[in-house]
Amino acid sequence: MTNTSHSNHSSNATQSSGIRGFLAGLSSLDRRWIFLGVALAVGIPILLKLSLPEVPGPMARATFNAIEKIPSGSRVLLAFDYDPASQGELQPMANALVHHCASRGHNIVFMALWPLGKQLADKTIKDVLKEFHPEYVEGTNYVQLGFKTGNEGVIKLMTTAITEQYPNDASGAALTDIPLMSGVNKLSEFKLIGTISAGYPGAKEWVQYADGASPEAFTLVAGSTGVQVSQLLPYYPKQLEGLLVAVKGAAEYEMLVTEKYPVARHQGRLEEGRRRMGPQLVAHLLVIGLIVLGNVAMIAARGAKGGAR
Amino acid sequence: MLKRTIPILILATSGAILVVAYFSPFTTNWSEVVLMWFNILAAVAYVLGAGNLLAVNLEKVSSRRAGWAYALITLVAFASMLTFGLFKIGGVPSEAHPDVPYAGDYESTQSAFGWVYEYMLSPLTATMFALLAFYVASAAFRAFRAKNLESILLLGTAFIILLAQTAAGMFLTGWIPADSVFAFLRFDSLRIAITEYIQTAGMRAITIGIAIGIAATSLRLILGVDRSYLSKQ
Repeated sequence: MTNTSHSNHSSNATQSSGIRGFLAGLSSLDRRWIFLGVALAVGIPILLKLSLPEVPGPMARATFNAIEKIPSGSRVLLAFDYDPASQGELQPMANALVHHCASRGHNIVFMALWPLGKQLADKTIKDVLKEFHPEYVEGTNYVQLGFKTGNEGVIKLMTTAITEQYPNDASGAALTDIPLMSGVNKLSEFKLIGTISAGYPGAKEWVQYADGASPEAFTLVAGSTGVQVSQLLPYYPKQLEGLLVAVKGAAEYEMLVTEKYPVARHQGRLEEGRRRMGPQLVAHLLVIGLIVLGNVAMIAARGAKGGAR
Repeated sequence: MLKRTIPILILATSGAILVVAYFSPFTTNWSEVVLMWFNILAAVAYVLGAGNLLAVNLEKVSSRRAGWAYALITLVAFASMLTFGLFKIGGVPSEAHPDVPYAGDYESTQSAFGWVYEYMLSPLTATMFALLAFYVASAAFRAFRAKNLESILLLGTAFIILLAQTAAGMFLTGWIPADSVFAFLRFDSLRIAITEYIQTAGMRAITIGIAIGIAATSLRLILGVDRSYLSKQ
């Protein structure tokens, strides 16, 4: 009896130390397994087109309402302050923002503080504006000003002298000859400014130099990458009336826009944010799982050391 | 003497004009001139940057230092893009001025410049950024350890934000009625509480601190007390 009990105890201890040893051994897990996990976590939902319902939050609603409340046909300025590296995160909100502004009949002026922002604005004009709003005429309903170097200096000069900063649009036409820009020489002559921002120069500089110069003149909204949103939160909702945060913000805003302004074809161009939410969900769950596993491995390793003593 | 005095005078004058122009509408034109100069100088800095890039990489290639092949690729890519852009290689003729050479758009995908942007630069930069996901997951596994109270708080916050940023947050706590006394336990409510109150309070303190620091540094520069930006020679 005593021998049997001792044997069971010993067997349990061996089993327990085996599991503990396995868990402790996870600490030195080859990172290529983690890379494989990430690839599957992102790849499978993309292939399965996993899409999940989104409930629009207050920030997305505030952005939507900011564009809705200005009179139809207002002049709005959209700054594409990002490059292809952030395209995956920011292009969905850029698409939805342009479609929303055009659906409301606003006249859109495009510009960029980032060298490659102009190309992304061109792409949005081609894929969204010309596709869903063929009635929009360049020069009358929209203008592409393009990129200018100078970072916040560009914004600061535009507060008082747009034609000094942009004597011509991107195609070379004099700004004074463009009907949409006729008589417009200050940022305060816009009803709304929207910036899609991936960092410096971007949303923060628009708040500090444009909104700071004319706080009551126009509404300022921003779309931002997740990593820089903490820098923008202090400005919301007083200086930044609307703020779209990363893919989730884009997905929520897309829902609001397409519910009110649906499109008959190429709906996918206005569902990019929601399409990205499936892979994001699985990837986030994987990261949580990895953190838990890492901590379990740490505790098991401590226990194994204690047992050894 | 001039090497130090003239830059100090330029900085002091420009800085003082921009500060005064903010408060006085009569000096707005002066500030516009200063800003135009600033933007012109920023454009010239691109040329200097290109010159520096050439100098550094040419030196690396000629001395066959470690990684010289990468420097050679950089130089070839730089020269190619500059040539494609300046000479509008492959660019379609302008619709408005079909007889004028080099009047067409150099950014369309038919042109070499547009093609390289669309099919090389854009996917390559997006790929580089996407690689972060792999390293973040690996780092989360190895570094996020609940070793003390601070790290437990950090982990708890990370879990809430990670879940609240996806439909999982709504799935797990969406059943709690939004108007009940327990509504604060919903992930979306917790996320708002963390980001809009705790995080924003911290960021405001940091932002105000930075702003005061910038104001103090600017004043030192304008008054010529801080001359660290000048060459030591």
